[in-house]
Amino acid sequence: MNKSPTARLSAESSIPIISVRGVNKTYAGGFQALKNINLDIQRGEIFALLGPNGAGKTTLISIVCGIVNATAGSIIADGHDIARDYRAARAAIGLVPQELHTDAFESVWATVTFSRGLFGKPSNPTYLEKVLRDLSLWDKRNEKIMALSGGMKRRVLIAKALSHEPTILFLDEPSAGVDVELRHDMWRMVRELREQGTTIILTTHYIEEAEQMADRIGVISKGELILVEDKEVLMRKLGKKQLTLRLRQPMSIIPAELSNWSLTLCEDGHALVYSFDTQTEETGIAELLRALGEHGIEFKDLRSSESSLEDIFVSLVHRPMEAQA
Amino acid sequence: MNIYGIRAIYRFEMARTFRTLMESVAAPVLTTSLYFIVFGKAIGSRMGDIDSIGYGAYIIPGLVMLSLLNESISNASFGIYMPKWAGTIYELLSAPVSWIEVLIGYVGAAATKSVMLGMLILGTARFFVPYQIAHPVWMIGFLLLTAVTFSLFGFIIGLWADSFQKLQVIPMLIVTPLTFLGGAFYSINMLPPIWQQISLFNPVVYLISGFRWSFYGIADVDVAVSIGMISGFLMVCLTFVWWVFKSGYKIRR
Repeated sequence: MNKSPTARLSAESSIPIISVRGVNKTYAGGFQALKNINLDIQRGEIFALLGPNGAGKTTLISIVCGIVNATAGSIIADGHDIARDYRAARAAIGLVPQELHTDAFESVWATVTFSRGLFGKPSNPTYLEKVLRDLSLWDKRNEKIMALSGGMKRRVLIAKALSHEPTILFLDEPSAGVDVELRHDMWRMVRELREQGTTIILTTHYIEEAEQMADRIGVISKGELILVEDKEVLMRKLGKKQLTLRLRQPMSIIPAELSNWSLTLCEDGHALVYSFDTQTEETGIAELLRALGEHGIEFKDLRSSESSLEDIFVSLVHRPMEAQA
Repeated sequence: MNIYGIRAIYRFEMARTFRTLMESVAAPVLTTSLYFIVFGKAIGSRMGDIDSIGYGAYIIPGLVMLSLLNESISNASFGIYMPKWAGTIYELLSAPVSWIEVLIGYVGAAATKSVMLGMLILGTARFFVPYQIAHPVWMIGFLLLTAVTFSLFGFIIGLWADSFQKLQVIPMLIVTPLTFLGGAFYSINMLPPIWQQISLFNPVVYLISGFRWSFYGIADVDVAVSIGMISGFLMVCLTFVWWVFKSGYKIRR
């Protein structure tokens, strides 16, 4: 029985656009870069792959794009097996590499025209003009790439990746060596692409980038995907708030009367830090402050802070087992 | 077939030629002119005819082959080595192109360049010595087959090389000696019998002999053997490139 178009559409949108199954990579020297990676990327989302240098982010991207062969496992991209049906799979993917690899002697226009052709698309100057204009490269179209600044070269690489109208865009460390202005331009562009339906996977070790952009976050460490979570959920789940009280008189030990609260002493006893869960209804702050008053502990200042994705990330990468448990 | 992909690679490579017109065309033409002046005019005028062909005319096919081999190898090896060196090969590896399409693009462009150059050298030779071409269709055939085969060989060198030195070493240490000892400037029949036998192991002998036959109807070895040898070398190169792309050797980690 045929499904109605809407039913089919909703069924399609629930199928992941990229499906990574049991992917392993061991390099010729014996170094195992990826260990049994399983990952689904949903159509139309912005997915951030976070991890320290050498964690395997670039290797994973390179395997999906066809630059590195996986030792084991399979990957489906846009409905096509990347090995068996590599033409269709690769035609759907655009890649902006981490390093600024460009053809120094080519003009900007020649290089984007080349990329479009290489990916099997007939020429379309109107589309390429739009890509270059969106990236503020139109005025530079006849310049040789070697004459451009680092930031401009990064834009050229993005233009090349978009030249064949991919449905999946990989951005490998897009902010590496990029100034603030270009970074914000890029974030704006990525959001626009997402609105047009492009799925975006970015790797970064700038937590701020993931925090600003991503819908979901995957954390990779030492070749293992240790966590994949919705960003909001992740921040809620692992997010902690802290209340720091600056004391008028330093304290050497925490009085027994305050043992109901999880308190630590910092700054040589000058600050009392109270950690609490953001999820709970009763934070216990009011009671703590009352108790302090009752016991005559005076403070001159108080400050509350929420843990950032960075804190979460650091705790995950350094204590992966603990965090998962 | 990704026709747009092949065209993109081919155009990219041809654009590189025209950007470096001076190095790509002027230098080989100048070198060949010098050969004609020194070997054709100065020394050649004191040399007797070989197989009743004047020495100046006799060396033309050999000189064209000399340039054709060098240019095919250097064009194709440089063409694929550059993206490896500059890192832009990532794009080629992530593109929906098959190895055969990559090959047609790179080797096609390199062969086009060297055939153009071969014709240019033949034209230049006209200014120095008169010559005839007995079998023009075969002449073009040899030119194309050699250009394609050695562009393919150059492509392999470019894939294998991981430094500019390695890119130079095979052309300098193997191809140039083989060409000079391949009968470009003499008939191998002029050699002592033992060296004649050794020369038969040199593939370039068959190239030059066959090519010279298409000009003057004279050959050191049977023409059919010449064609067979070039075709055989072409097949060896094709098989090797097929294996390289299949296994990812030196290109895909």
